[in-house]
Amino acid sequence: MTDIDEAAQVARLPYDVVVIGAGGSGLRAAIEARMAGKRTAIISKSLFGKAHTVMAEGGCAAAMGNVNPHDNWMVHFRDTMRGGKFLNNWRMAELHAKEAPERVWELEAWGAVFDRTGDGKISQRNFGGHTYPRLAHVGDRTGLEMIRTLQQKVVALQQEDAVRLGDPEAMIKVFAETTITRLLKDGGKIAGAFGYVRETGGFVVFEAPAVVLATGGIGKVFKVTSNSWEYTGDGHALALLAGATLLNMEFVQFHPTHMVWPPSVRGLLVTESVRGDGGVLRNSEGRRYMFDYVPDVFRAQYAETEEEADRWYTDPDNNRRPPELLPRDEVARANNAEVKAGRGSPHGGVYLDIASRLPAAEILRRLPSMYHQFKELADVDITKEPMEVGPAQHYVMGGVEVDADTGASVVPGLFAAGEVSGGMHGSNRLGGNSLSDLLVFGRRAGLGAAEYVDSLAGGRPAVTDEAIAAAAGEALAPLRRMSGENPYTVHGEVQEVMSGLVGIIRREDEIKTALAELERLRERAASVRAEGGLAYNPGWHLALDLRNIMLIAECVALAALERTESRGGHTREDFPEMSPEWRRINLICSLDGGRVRLRRQEMPPMREDLLALFDRAELKKYMTDEELPPAAEPADGEGTH
Amino acid sequence: MGTKVRMRVWRGDGGAGGLVDYEVEVNEGEVVLDVLHRLQATQAGDLAVRWNCKAGKCGSCSMEINGRPRLACMTRMSLFDPADAITITPMRTFPVIRDLVTDVSFNYEKARQIPSFTPDPSVGLGEFRMQQVDVERSQEFRKCIECFLCQNVCHVIRDHPENMPAYAGPRFLMRIAELEMHPADTADRRAIAQDEFGLGLCNITKCCTEVCPEGIHITDNALIPMKERVMSRKYDPVVWLGGKIARRPRRDTPKVPGGRA
Ligand SMILES: Cc1cc2nc3c(=O)[nH]c(=O)nc-3n(C[C@H](O)[C@H](O)[C@H](O)COP(=O)(O)OP(=O)(O)OC[C@H]3O[C@@H](n4cnc5c(N)ncnc54)[C@H](O)[C@@H]3O)c2cc1C
Ligand code: SF4
Ligand code: SF4
Ligand code: FES
Repeated sequence: MTDIDEAAQVARLPYDVVVIGAGGSGLRAAIEARMAGKRTAIISKSLFGKAHTVMAEGGCAAAMGNVNPHDNWMVHFRDTMRGGKFLNNWRMAELHAKEAPERVWELEAWGAVFDRTGDGKISQRNFGGHTYPRLAHVGDRTGLEMIRTLQQKVVALQQEDAVRLGDPEAMIKVFAETTITRLLKDGGKIAGAFGYVRETGGFVVFEAPAVVLATGGIGKVFKVTSNSWEYTGDGHALALLAGATLLNMEFVQFHPTHMVWPPSVRGLLVTESVRGDGGVLRNSEGRRYMFDYVPDVFRAQYAETEEEADRWYTDPDNNRRPPELLPRDEVARANNAEVKAGRGSPHGGVYLDIASRLPAAEILRRLPSMYHQFKELADVDITKEPMEVGPAQHYVMGGVEVDADTGASVVPGLFAAGEVSGGMHGSNRLGGNSLSDLLVFGRRAGLGAAEYVDSLAGGRPAVTDEAIAAAAGEALAPLRRMSGENPYTVHGEVQEVMSGLVGIIRREDEIKTALAELERLRERAASVRAEGGLAYNPGWHLALDLRNIMLIAECVALAALERTESRGGHTREDFPEMSPEWRRINLICSLDGGRVRLRRQEMPPMREDLLALFDRAELKKYMTDEELPPAAEPADGEGTH
Repeated sequence: MGTKVRMRVWRGDGGAGGLVDYEVEVNEGEVVLDVLHRLQATQAGDLAVRWNCKAGKCGSCSMEINGRPRLACMTRMSLFDPADAITITPMRTFPVIRDLVTDVSFNYEKARQIPSFTPDPSVGLGEFRMQQVDVERSQEFRKCIECFLCQNVCHVIRDHPENMPAYAGPRFLMRIAELEMHPADTADRRAIAQDEFGLGLCNITKCCTEVCPEGIHITDNALIPMKERVMSRKYDPVVWLGGKIARRPRRDTPKVPGGRA
């Protein structure tokens, strides 16, 4: 159907704001856009309520100070910057720390039922890199609570519209199992989005001046990942293809603890709450090895003996934190190193022990899904034996370059929020900071999009039949080919290359090999053939996802090659040190004639009042001398913890 | 490494279709979804299966395995005798879209008819105070992953599509119970639970509870207590009003109009 005539037949649906993604960030953005009076569409590859956010376990970080009253936005800001090794977009980290509590309370008012403290407030738990208990949670199913609450808020708004306008879908409508394959533009501006409906294979065009990308991550670029099939980097790729830029794609989070056995569940997450609640890591010799891996920058904040570490759980004000709660990149590297040194478990992992640390009943109460998961899938009773765990790809810090306050990308009308956006987490995300990020920046992007629509007044960009025909032709190509490879085979090989050569530990020669391999795979990916028809055809869908996977793999590899230092989620064996010069550099990917281009971009200096929240001595570990504030006492009386 | 097993998978769309036999490899520790994925990757690239998390958390991969409603991602192959063929069919209560994927929109329609959480508007952000014991019941029901296996198995609508308009099914009767037991909710959904959502049609067979992958005690903790609350409202409204008048409005909350769009 490359015909323009047929393109004219494709259903065109007019909206003010189209949100691509129904996870936490997408739903929060859509709610805000609808509350601002905009006709809003929510598009999702899966059913309503099933997006990846549902899998989040540990909690949502917000400095409410319910458990430890010393907590406040400044402490949260500092923790976030430290976790990200000071490469974070500091304005985002600031907004995030300031606004997260209100966003969590808002969820409560919309019906979320968080676990409670003794005085009836929202309970908060410890997590890696967070100074105080900070994660609002519901057992170990916080993501489910969040997505269900947002889903139910969308429904509540629809109910209002049913009463007010006689149609629940008049102002906000969910298009489930619908996948966007192209953003459409008019001149330089966003004009809409093109996609297919999974159930029928039919095409749809959303005509809208503002699009919010909320598509999540890129896990399926890698072989061992905790991410689901939806995570093929669609939003990242759609942004690139529409002329937007991606920021720091080399920063990929390998979370330290995932199931390693049996093979079918390899990569299934073992929540950090296990460590937050007292679980410890041991090698095959029984040694609690994390004490050997505390880096200099964190030395002052972490316990040096097991005794001190154990006292911290009950007396955190007078003891330092256990090293098991270092930021994720540190723990992942340590686990990796122990296995490499031959001190791993039988299936290539390390031991995570909660059984000897808490009574069985307490484990069941605090970690019910973990108990369930190991019991059902691995025949392991975590109240009796240690778990075997290892690192897997979990999150991508890199993403669409956005304006911190509005979520706007460099393309007018294109916004991004949640995991698909970049900057907030710097080189490494702290656990719990994603769920809060979704709420804070989902809301801001929804608002940003609504304000942008208002600024256009009457003059809306238009979608042309030519653009629709081109998008339809591209989508149908894998089905029309008479011959070509199976998309599953090509995908599998890309994953091998990325996991093997651009994984947790990287080296120049390996990344170069990966880029050469990707070059070869690019051609194969472009000529895969999907068998079967249009209706609910997963082979065809994967064939279309491959374009995105290839683009993103290339971005990650190029940026990983360029950054000759080690920082957060980017570890270069050949450049093991963190470099203050590199800290000021963002790596930006864009598309130029179909090829990925990489350039360096200097980071704007941190605002003075934010800089003043840190000790000069600490800043010195990260920054060049010229960036440091003049030697004087820090302005914030509280100091750093 | 792996052994071979015979799988009989329902393939087809709309009304037409039937079981198709396959022979597939199985490896140690695998679940039914792994084997379906291997089928897709090697023999049936267009086999339609709905799934997402592969961790029992999203409730997408509901189907019937040897006639029993289950999550494919949490059903281990070691459960079955390797000598016997395993039969995989779509959920029976919902219309088939293709192969193992069904149209579950019925559930989303019901969800939209239930009056939402209605807190007292004078409670400000961050001011809710609720004790853990008081929220535990609602929390149990909020463990629901919306797999709709309980909806699929409930005999009131399984093979009785004519009951669907008048019956919300266990998942959504439980949603009503969840809201009614929420300590900060002020609406009263007892009348509509009975009159609009068909609570009376449930005759507490507990089939829903048996298939719930989250182990929620749907019948004992949600449906039976809800029936009791409905009775107490019917026969003794004055006593009830006396107890709740401070917090709850006097009126029954009506069902939300405009069900199907
Ligand atoms: C196992 C696990 C546990 C986690 N635990 C925690 C935790 O405890 N705390 C925390 O803070 N973070 C946690 N995270 C991270 C966090 O859950 C995610 O980063 C976050 O949920 C991402 O949300 P999102 O809104 O950006 O995207 P998602 O929730 O992934 O939603 C993406 C949406 O985009 C849609 N989509 C994608 N591509 C397209 C397309 N082409 N067309 C249409 N729709 C599309 C998808 O269908 C989906 O609806 C965890 C992650 C995992 C994997
Ligand atoms: S207990 Fe009630 S809701 Fe559950 S299956 Fe039986 S009749 Fe249906
Ligand atoms: S109550 Fe249980 S069976 Fe029913 S939809 Fe929820 S999780 Fe599934
Ligand atoms: S795939 Fe999510 S529950 Fe099975």
